[in-house]
Amino acid sequence: MTWYVLKRGGAALIVMFVVSLLTFIVTRVLFPDPAQSILGGQGETVTPEQVAHLRGQLGLDRPLSVQYFHWLGDLLQGNLGRSFRTPIDVSTAIYQRLPVTIELMVLALTVAIILGMLLGIAGALFRGRIIDGVSSTVSVLALSLPNFFVAILLIYVFALKLQVLPSAGWVPLTQDIGQNLKFMLLPAVTLSLAYIGTFARYARALMIGVLSEDYVLRAHASGLSPRSVIVRHAMKNTSIPMVTVVGLNAAGLVGGAVVTESIFSLPGLGTLFTDSILGKDFPMLQGLILVITIGVVVLNLLVDLAYGLLDPRIKVS
Amino acid sequence: MATLAQTRLTRSRTPVRPRVWSTVWAYPRLTVGIALLALLLVVTLGAPLFVSHGPLEQNLSAVLHLPFGNYLLGTDQLGRDVFSRTLYGGRLALAVAVVSTVIALIIGVALGLLSGYKAGMVDSVVMRVLDGVIVFPDLILALSITYAVGPSFWTVAAAIATVNVPKFARVVRGQVLSLREREFIASARVAGVSTIRILLRHLLPNVVEVIVVQAALTAGTAIFTAASLSFLGLGLPAPQPDWGGMLKDGYAYLGSRPLMSIIPGLMIFAAMLAFNLLGDGLRDRFDPKVIARTARVRAGRREKGATDEQ
Repeated sequence: MTWYVLKRGGAALIVMFVVSLLTFIVTRVLFPDPAQSILGGQGETVTPEQVAHLRGQLGLDRPLSVQYFHWLGDLLQGNLGRSFRTPIDVSTAIYQRLPVTIELMVLALTVAIILGMLLGIAGALFRGRIIDGVSSTVSVLALSLPNFFVAILLIYVFALKLQVLPSAGWVPLTQDIGQNLKFMLLPAVTLSLAYIGTFARYARALMIGVLSEDYVLRAHASGLSPRSVIVRHAMKNTSIPMVTVVGLNAAGLVGGAVVTESIFSLPGLGTLFTDSILGKDFPMLQGLILVITIGVVVLNLLVDLAYGLLDPRIKVS
Repeated sequence: MATLAQTRLTRSRTPVRPRVWSTVWAYPRLTVGIALLALLLVVTLGAPLFVSHGPLEQNLSAVLHLPFGNYLLGTDQLGRDVFSRTLYGGRLALAVAVVSTVIALIIGVALGLLSGYKAGMVDSVVMRVLDGVIVFPDLILALSITYAVGPSFWTVAAAIATVNVPKFARVVRGQVLSLREREFIASARVAGVSTIRILLRHLLPNVVEVIVVQAALTAGTAIFTAASLSFLGLGLPAPQPDWGGMLKDGYAYLGSRPLMSIIPGLMIFAAMLAFNLLGDGLRDRFDPKVIARTARVRAGRREKGATDEQ
C-alpha cells in the first residue's frame, strides 16, 4: 500500500507542477499587461512612466522565468498575493467563498449519484426491455441539457410562475439551514442534471458487467433471492467503481458550478472567478485557477487511494 | 459464430430489403442523431430561405414584439427577429464546434499516436503535460484563454480546441499501446518502414473508429462550452447572433418574453443531443459485440422465435 500511495502521490505532484506552469502561462503570458489594465481602469490618461513605475512595483518588469519562480516560492509558503480590485488577500477571499461551492457540489453530486445509479441500474436489470430504453433515453437527454438552459427553465417555472423558490440570493448554512437549502435547491438540481445522465450510463455499464460475473451466478445458484443477489452482491460491486467515476467528473462539475453560481448569484468560487475575469483581477484569477485545479488533482488522488483501499486488486497491478 | 452464420442463411431466405433500412432500424441512436444534425444543418445553412428579416436588422419601433404576426418568434430588445437570429446563430455554433473539433483532433491524434508508439520519455512528457491540461475544468481554461487573448471566433475555437486535445490524445494512445505490440507493426518496423509512415499508414487507419466517435462527442461539448462562454458574456463578440449570447440577452426578459431565451436554449440542447446521439450511435455501429447482437435480433425477429437475446 505504501508503494501505491507513493506512486500516486508522486504522479499527483508532477501534475500539480504542470498545472502551476500552465496557470502562469495563461494568466501572465497570454493575458494583456495587468499594469496597463489597472491604470487604464481608473479612467485617467496614463503616461508610459506611470505604467513602467507600476510594472516595477508589481515585479512585472523582471524576466518571466524569474516571475514564475518568485510566484511559485510564494505559493509554497501559502501566499497567493493580494487582489487588485479589493483590499483583500486572495487566500482569504477564496477561503470565504469555498464553503458555498463545496456545498453546491456536494448537494448536486448526492442528487446525481442517487438518481443516476437508480436510473442506470434499472436499465441494466431490464436490459433490452422498455425500461432500459426509457433509462437510456432519459440519460442522453439529461446529459445533453446545457446547465444554463436548465437553470433558466427552473427559474421560469419555480421562481417566476409558481413563485415558490427564489431565483437568486443566499443565506449561510450556519445561519439558517432551511433558508439555505431553499436557496440551494434550484442550483443543485441545475448542476446535477447532466451528471444524472453521465452516472446512469456508467452505472448501467458497470452493473451489466457485474451481473455476468461468476460470483453473481454462484449467489443465484446458492438459492439467494434475486432481490438479495442484486442488493447485497451486484449493487455493492457496482458502487465501488462509481467512486472513480465521481473523480473523473470532478473537473466538469467545477466548471458547471461556475455557470450555476453566476446565474443564481451564489457567492461561491464561480462568481468570484467570473467577477475576477471581468475585473481583470489577475492575482485573484491565478489563485482561483490554481486552487480549483489543485483541488481537482487532490480529489482524484483521494479517489485513487480510496479505490485502492476498497478494491485490493488495484494496488497490486 | 454459429449465430452469425445462421443470420446469413436467414437473410438469404427473407425478401431483400434495402440495407439502408435495416441499418436505420438496427441503430436508432445513429439514425436520430444524423436526422437531427441534418435538420439543424438545413435550417441554419438554409436560413435565408426561411426568414423574412435579417438577423442584424433592427426595428426600434417593434422592440420586444410578441410572437406571431410580423415576427414568428417575436423580436428582441433591439427589435431584431428572434427566429432569424436563432437560425443564423446556429451557423456560428456549428462552425465553432466543427473548427475546434478539427483542431483538437489533428493535434490530439498526432500526440496520441506519437506518445503511444514511442513510449518511454516522449510518452511520459506528453502525457504529464496533458494530465495537467485535463484537470482544468473545460470552462475555466477556455474562459481564461478567451479572455486573455480577446474574444473572437478564432480565439473561442482555439480555446475550446485546447481543452479537448487531451481527450483525443488519450483515446488514441490507449489504442496504440495495444496495437504497437501486434505483429503487423513489428514486421513493418523490421522491414525498415519509417516511423512517420508506421504512424500514418499502419496505426492511424486502425484508430479511425475511436477518433470518429470522440470527434462527435467533442463537437457536442464544444457547442456547450462555446454557448457557456457567450452566456457568461465572454464568447463570440456581438452583434453576430449566437445561441449563448441570445440566451443571456433573453434572460433579462424571462418574465415577459420567455421565448427569447427558451428558443436558443432548445437549439443548443438539440445540437448537443444530435452530436451525443451521433457519437453513441457510431460507437454502437463500430462495436463488434453490438453488431453481432443486432444481427441476432434481426435474425430472431424474422424467425418469430425470438427469446430475450440477452
